[in-house]
Formats: sequence, C-alpha cells, structure tokens
Amino acid sequence: MKMKNQSSLPSKYWLMIIIVCCIILLGIERFTDGGGPLRFVANYTVIPMQKGISYVGRFMSDLSDNFKTLEEMKKENDELQTKVDELTIDNTRLRQEQYELERLRELYKLDENYSDYTKIGAHVIANNGSNWFNDFTIDKGSNDGIKKDCNVLAGSGLVGIVTEVGPNYARVRSIIDDSSSISGMILSTSDTCIVRGDLKQMSDGRIRFEKLANNDNEIEVGEQVVTSHVSSRFLQGLFIGYISEVEVDSNNLTRSGYITPAVDFTKLQEVLVITTTKQELIDSSDSDENSKGD
Amino acid sequence: MKRKLITIIIITVCFLLECTVFHRLSFASVKPNLLIIITSSFGFMRGKKEGMAVGVCSGLLIDIFWGNLLGFHTLLFAVIGYINGSFRRLFFDDDIKLPIALIAASEMIYGLVCYFCMQMLQGDFAFGIYLIQIILPELVYTLLVTLILYQIILQINKKLEAEEQRSASRFV
Repeated sequence: MKMKNQSSLPSKYWLMIIIVCCIILLGIERFTDGGGPLRFVANYTVIPMQKGISYVGRFMSDLSDNFKTLEEMKKENDELQTKVDELTIDNTRLRQEQYELERLRELYKLDENYSDYTKIGAHVIANNGSNWFNDFTIDKGSNDGIKKDCNVLAGSGLVGIVTEVGPNYARVRSIIDDSSSISGMILSTSDTCIVRGDLKQMSDGRIRFEKLANNDNEIEVGEQVVTSHVSSRFLQGLFIGYISEVEVDSNNLTRSGYITPAVDFTKLQEVLVITTTKQELIDSSDSDENSKGD
Repeated sequence: MKRKLITIIIITVCFLLECTVFHRLSFASVKPNLLIIITSSFGFMRGKKEGMAVGVCSGLLIDIFWGNLLGFHTLLFAVIGYINGSFRRLFFDDDIKLPIALIAASEMIYGLVCYFCMQMLQGDFAFGIYLIQIILPELVYTLLVTLILYQIILQINKKLEAEEQRSASRFV
C-alpha cells in the first residue's frame, strides 16, 4: 500500500521538486557558510570509513615495501648516508649563523615571531575524486586544535590551507587547486609575486606565478619562492618551490612564469599542520603593541 | 528494502573507492568517474525515479566532500539520472552498446556542464585545453572502468529482480 502511494506522484514532479530544492540550497549557500548539519552527520558516517580504507592502503604499501631487495636498500642507504653528511655540514653552519642571529636580534630587541611554529602530523585519508578540484581530507580536526586557515606542510614545502574543519577531519585545499592564490616572495631578492594554482597546469605538476615586478633584479631558473610577509592567511617564509620558467610580460612592467612545487602532490600520505594561523599572530602582536602603548 | 540497502552500499563503496584507491590508479592525473556510471546505469535499468534518487544520493556525497557548493552536483546528477531513465524502454540485458553510449553521453554532459559553470563563468575560455586534458581523458578512462563495473551492477540487478519476482509470485 505504501509503495503505491509513493509511486502515485509522476516522476516529472519529483524532478521539479528536486530542482527547486537544489536551487534553494544553492541560494542559501550564497548567504550562509557550509553544509552545517549534513557535514556533522558526514563526520560520523563517511569519515570513519575513509579512515579505514586509507589505513588498509597504508598497511598494504608498507607490506609491499618489505619485499624490496637488499641491493635497493643498500643503494638507498648510501644515498641517505651522503645526504646525512651534507645535512650535518649544513646544519653546523646554520647553527653558527643561528647563534649569531640570536645575538644580533637581542641587540636589536626583535621578537622572534616565526620559524618556531607548533606543528601536528596528520594522515591523508581521502582525495578529491573529481578531476575539477584538488583538495584532500586529513584525519585530524578541531579536536586536535586545527582551525580554518591553518597552513599545511609536507616534507619541506607548503601544501595548502585548511578550508573546512569538522571534529575529526579537515579539508585542505592544495596550492595547485584552481581557486588557490598565494602571495609569494622570491627568496634572494624579496620581490613579491602572486602564486596561482591552475587546473590547466595540473597534469604537468607546475603552478603559475605572475605580477612579479620587472625591475633590475635578475631572476634565474631554480631560485626559491617562499610565502611573503604581506599574505593575510599564509605564515611568512614557508617554502613553495623553485622557479622553472620566467619571462617578461607583454606590458613590460611585470614578469610571470612557472614554479615547480617542492612537494609531490600525487604521493601525499603524511602532512604537518601548523596550528597557529596568521590572523592569530597578527592579533597577538597587535595586543602586545597596545599593552606597550598603555 | 533489500534493494534500497544494496543500492546505498553500491553508491558508498564506489564513492570511497573513487577518493582513495583510484587516486593511486590515476592516469595523467585523471580519475574515472564511478558515480556517473552508477547514476546512469540505474537510470536506464530501473527507470526515471530510481535514476533520480541514485543521482541525488551521489550528487549529495560529491557536494559535501569534494565540491564547494551544496546543490550543484546534486542537481546535475539528478537530471542525468532522470534523462537516462527515459531510455528504459530501449534497454535490453544482453546489449552493451546502448549502456556504453548512454554512459559516455552522461559523462560528456557532466564534463561540459562542469567546464561551463566552474571555468567559463569565471572568464576562462581555454575550452580546448580543458577538453583535451580533462574531459576526454576522463571519458575514456570512465568507459574502460564501465566495462567491468557495469557487468557487476547488471548481475546484482538481475539477481534482485529474480528474487523480487519470486516473492511477488508467492503472494499471488
């Protein structure tokens, strides 16, 4: 009997109802922020399943790693050993400079605002299944201190920014996503530029930079790009990548080109999330200044 | 009841596979679109209403987890499911040409609408690049996966239909 009642309404009208609902939803989304209750439900239904699958996946890839031959291991070991040597030399040199820097900073009475952010590690549990976006989900959320606009790193480079937080998950938009744009800075010359993700470049794994002033500073291929001090959401000095191509725009005022990111976005497994956001840093330094002013 | 449960399980499994396993199996950074295969095949196997329902479920999942606008994919998938449902009368079990053609057409519509709403309205008119780098590779990969996934869905549907007929005849 119940089935008959359901099927009495022709499918045409069902389609109309769904279309109207969706359009209302789209309209509401314009004024409010996010899916609200639906996302809350999702946190306790789909996210645990994604965690399970990615756990199995990690287990399997660990298992296949066990079958590497001894020769490969030895080769890798040699490579790592040389890298350790290099890094030790680098490290001693940098530490000396660090001491010097601290001493000079004390002389100048500068606060050490950056370089020592607290980070927490997280696993990537799901990627975006559609080819039009490039973001992923991690297995830590607001329960672990992650907030919206937290910066996310992997290895040495910047990966993206948290756009949405649930109790046990967070969505991260990567810097190669089409809608991402970051204020960057060339490390050697301190010129700022805009680093913009581009869907068309995604398969090459490159990102575009533009609006770099066409001044006397020579920019060469291979120079490092970091996040700049003027960005409102990205902390200063996070490594983005190396310049792979640069050319002067037709207006002769700016330069643009491509950056090879420091992170391989196809093989992301573990990421580090910086739990302080830029806004908090700005607020805390503001309040410091105010208290000093009083 | 059993049918609903199995349909929901199929949708969830395909959704989870697409965002975890198929990311590793992507060719030229393109993933197949499993949810469009399900929406389309439930449409022409079961009719407009069921196609629409499956479309709404998968669209909602996409909107919540992958998209940034609630309602866009829901609407698109519901309409795709509905259109596929109107081909039910032409559908026969042993014919693979019609399902392949319908799924390819649905995938093409999906790609074009996505380009139109998300790139062109933002002022990005490089249609050729999107067509060659995203829409067509996704179409080809989806069709390859269809050859396997469609058979599985077809077998499940056949079993369920046989069971429903048996229980219906018992009542008569």
